[in-house]
Amino acid sequence: MNWLLVVLGGAVGAPLRYLTDRAVQARHGAGLPYVFPWGTFTVNAAGSLLLGVLTGATVSAPVHALLGTGLCGALTTYSTFSYETLRLAEEGRGFLAGANVLASLLVGLGAVFLGAELAGGF
Amino acid sequence: MSTQDPPPHRPSVDPDVDLSVPAQRAETAGSGRWRVLAVIAAGGALGSAARYAASLAWPAAEGGFPWAVFTVNVTGCALIGVLMVLVAERGTVTHPLVRPFLGVGVLGGFTTFSTYAADVSKLLARQEVVTAMGYAAGTAVAALAAVWGAAVLTRAVVDGRRRAS
Repeated sequence: MNWLLVVLGGAVGAPLRYLTDRAVQARHGAGLPYVFPWGTFTVNAAGSLLLGVLTGATVSAPVHALLGTGLCGALTTYSTFSYETLRLAEEGRGFLAGANVLASLLVGLGAVFLGAELAGGF
Repeated sequence: MSTQDPPPHRPSVDPDVDLSVPAQRAETAGSGRWRVLAVIAAGGALGSAARYAASLAWPAAEGGFPWAVFTVNVTGCALIGVLMVLVAERGTVTHPLVRPFLGVGVLGGFTTFSTYAADVSKLLARQEVVTAMGYAAGTAVAALAAVWGAAVLTRAVVDGRRRAS
């Protein structure tokens, strides 16, 4: 049962990341290829916030499988984030690469704590 | 290599989608959009299931280092390094659904930032500061080393084979 829920959540989370990334890029300087990767930053922060809410609300195992492991897991990504950081560094944008790592980590952590707080704490 | 859709001169920063690349901008136009979204969903389902399998096979102890998610994230970062060199940088693989399926879907669904951030937060909330910091920094360093090493190696192999042929 949990397998099916993880698969379902993942099947929704990944396209949601793709569409959100497109929407964010369309607003933030589409056509400028080497700006800060706001799209991935946004989905990682949003997914961390939602997972924080799920953690704080202590949801049942099936709900966590669907929304936590599946949806949030696939909505957020480490692979895209790491390749973006590599490309920024290789393009001589070392500052943006470092800022991407630090900001993603700090905002992701903050989002988890905020979500958990909103839902009643850890 | 397709003559209609050469890889961009300078490869994209964002491997999921780059709207400055005309072919990627057009992915959601017309009837082809459902095919793109369907392969991303299928890839996301597969990647998430594989991550779930790893977490079941290697459950993290309460307050312990989350080795399963660490391994999943570092492996996924190495694989995207290989994939993006082949698809975007060198144009070795030209099928338009490979990046959406494997990159956006499978690897995006396999790796996770939310579980990583939540595990660091839980470790901090339990006062396991050393493990939390080690996990947070260790994942970032290992993931970046993995994507860099995999990309450099794949570029060397592809370019070496081109020179040899």
